[in-house]
Amino acid sequence: MTPILVAKDVDIFYGDFHAIKKVSLNAEIGTVNALIGPSGCGKTTFLRSLNRMHDLTPGARVEGTIQVDGQDIYGPGVDPVAMRRRIGMVFQKPNPFPTMSVLDNTVAGLKLAGVRDKNQLMAVAERSLRGAALWDEVKDRLHMPGMGLSGGQQQRLCIARALAVEPDVLLMDEPTSALDPASTAKIEELMSELKKVTTILIVTHNMQQAARISDTCSVFLNGDMIEHGPTEQIFQHPQDKRTEDYVSGRFG
Amino acid sequence: MSAVRQDVVALRRSAPAISPARRLTNALMGGLISLGTLLVVAPLILIFYYLLTTGLQALSPEFFTQTPAPLGETGGGLKNAIIGSITMLSMASVIGILVGVAGGIFLSEYPKHPLMPTIRMLSDVLAGIPAIVMGLVVYGLLVLRFGFSGMAGAIALGFLMIPIVVRTTEETLKLVPRATREAGLALGLPRWKVILQIVLPAAAGGIVTGIMLALARVAGEAAPLLFTAFGNNTVTTNLTEPMSALPVEIFKLATSAYETDRQLAQAASLVLILLILITSLLARYFSSPRKYRAK
Amino acid sequence: MSQATKRPPGRGLSSRSDDVFRTVIIGLSLVIALIFILSIYQLATVSWPTLSTFGLDFYTGRTWDPVNDVYGAFSMIIGTLVTSLIALAISVPLAIASALFIAEYSPKWLAGPVGYLIELLAAVPSVVYGLWALVVIAPKLAEWQLTYFTDPAKLETYSACQELWLQGTSSFQCFFVPSAADGRGLALATLILTVMILPYTASVARDVINLVPRDQREAMYALGATKWEVISKAVLPYARAGIMGGVLLALGRALGETLAVAMVIGDSQAPLTSLWQNFSTMASVIANQFGDAQQELHRSSVLALGLTLFFMSVIVNVLARIVIKRLTPEGIK
Repeated sequence: MTPILVAKDVDIFYGDFHAIKKVSLNAEIGTVNALIGPSGCGKTTFLRSLNRMHDLTPGARVEGTIQVDGQDIYGPGVDPVAMRRRIGMVFQKPNPFPTMSVLDNTVAGLKLAGVRDKNQLMAVAERSLRGAALWDEVKDRLHMPGMGLSGGQQQRLCIARALAVEPDVLLMDEPTSALDPASTAKIEELMSELKKVTTILIVTHNMQQAARISDTCSVFLNGDMIEHGPTEQIFQHPQDKRTEDYVSGRFG
Repeated sequence: MSAVRQDVVALRRSAPAISPARRLTNALMGGLISLGTLLVVAPLILIFYYLLTTGLQALSPEFFTQTPAPLGETGGGLKNAIIGSITMLSMASVIGILVGVAGGIFLSEYPKHPLMPTIRMLSDVLAGIPAIVMGLVVYGLLVLRFGFSGMAGAIALGFLMIPIVVRTTEETLKLVPRATREAGLALGLPRWKVILQIVLPAAAGGIVTGIMLALARVAGEAAPLLFTAFGNNTVTTNLTEPMSALPVEIFKLATSAYETDRQLAQAASLVLILLILITSLLARYFSSPRKYRAK
Repeated sequence: MSQATKRPPGRGLSSRSDDVFRTVIIGLSLVIALIFILSIYQLATVSWPTLSTFGLDFYTGRTWDPVNDVYGAFSMIIGTLVTSLIALAISVPLAIASALFIAEYSPKWLAGPVGYLIELLAAVPSVVYGLWALVVIAPKLAEWQLTYFTDPAKLETYSACQELWLQGTSSFQCFFVPSAADGRGLALATLILTVMILPYTASVARDVINLVPRDQREAMYALGATKWEVISKAVLPYARAGIMGGVLLALGRALGETLAVAMVIGDSQAPLTSLWQNFSTMASVIANQFGDAQQELHRSSVLALGLTLFFMSVIVNVLARIVIKRLTPEGIK
């Protein structure tokens, strides 16, 4: 197997605050990789460095190397705009664009890239919406506002929007934390399908969720990655005492 | 399975990078936006430069202590206008604060009252009525019956203050958490005491800011005073007499043919603008703690 | 302290004092309604002589002649609309640019001061803008306008246009040729109006742009958008209702702006033939003529302009509410 994403000795600073300390992580193609840990441990901070979202935060600094498909995304001459197109992101709260229809939301990324052909857009929209298990629910109201959908549908619309640009890696930042249990179950179900077309890194504070859906697990604590390995090992035979405490619910 | 993915990866690699046109538009718009901002700020800098260079020269102790020189003579000051402005603005504040704060309390504390939507809409509409029209209204209401007076001017300015005070009062009162009100009511306090002794003090900063902003707004208005307070070359604090104000004098002096009049207008503009600046800075000071803004 | 000693206040007493308080508050709030009703009543009664004499001709008539007691407000309505709409067309893009600069481009240390400077623009009194335009800008314009009378080639253009103007018409080219060299006129009034309404759109736009959630921007960035694409496809659409509200607020201000315009526009009711000519707006006529209006009909006509302005501002306000409601995307409040 080849890793699609390789992070090596990543340090992240907010001004003087050292938020992430020397974290290294590999993600294999077609796997779901969960980042877990108590709140404030830096898992979201780390995730956001993987598509250079910290470039947008004044005072934030990322050191170390992160390679996606062999290319150093922080390397000289790399345009963060072109790079982000290959790395999709799904956010904590569903955030469809409120002035766009379901269809326009789905193909927003393609339209940015200059795709104008109606048939092509429609084909991609259908494929992406099917990929996000939303097609059957919205195929009759593609031209309705994306905000008109339920919370769970909105989040799947956001997943479809990210899938439409065919990302190498899909970053998910606690994608179910704002959803009800039924919608959460639906998105968890979707994960096993999604990893057939992309590689997922998901931040979650829900250990059961991590155990259910992920292939590998990374445990974060106070900016350190204290353990990384196959999910089964993390939950059954944790190497680190702190991991054991965390997964057994003793803190966090 | 792996083979399929290899295909997809290869396909993605061939995806075009950001097109030069997109890059160019991005850079161009960034430049235009900065340039536009410069154009917006430029007039202000030019006006201040103009007022500081010309107004400071014309500013003298006499400006504050003397009344305008009789026609044909040079010198003199605008004591009449300064006293007139202060007198009318004080009276206008009484009207603006009384009605404005009451209106704000009504809109925020009695949201279910059937008159609430009407009052809110009328207050908003009133905020958009041109100042000169308000001058005409007060002319018809008062001047036609009692003649020009400082009181008529003050009422016109007060009417203009009301909607501004209503809006800021309502917005600030709404920021006071519900729990604060409920805590008061739970103590067995009657509602009016809760409003006056708990809610209003908690929102005092924001309300004072609103009043100061309203004052700064109307302090520069000459249009509603032209046909109400009219102007007066002697110093008076009697609200039943015609009264002068700084903006009214600036309007009259600016269009005068005499160079000395123009200098006086420039000095008056500088003084007026500084007064307005101080008022709006004070307004910022009162709003700065923002106790109920966070979260 | 035992429960027995601290008895709750008598229910009857408390509710009666509450009633009194509520009555006072509502009574004072009704002053707002009273002002509105009195305004309409006052303006309508005093404009009645004009409206009953001229009827709709008051709005379509092109002659405004106090000597012969004939009043048609067409040209000053045009003056109000032309100055306001041109000023709006120039100021809105600039205002949005400055709002975007503060919210999206500027470093933190610069955003505060620039924002404050723009707010100060709104604090400068109308008469001070008028004074500045009259003393500083008008002479500069006059200098340029004078070239149409000194430069032979330009003088020829001027003469050709003058012939058209004397017949009360104009051509596209002549519309941009100055008709006199005193600097004052329609163009200067429009320019000063542009500057004066900038801060209204700018500060509203800045506020609503700051309210656009960060994850809207990030979602667009994550799709591989450039900064401008994030602004034009995520930020501005999200904020469009609020920005339109700011634009209409500025329009309301422009329609009723009085003294700065009155000081520089030249108070002429001649037909519109050149952008540079002396002209008038409804508000400028009120400021310039009301004090001198002796005949009843003249006075009544000026007040009818006030009534018209009153209703215009009400209409703009109502329009603003409708537009904001319709443009606000579903799901954001």
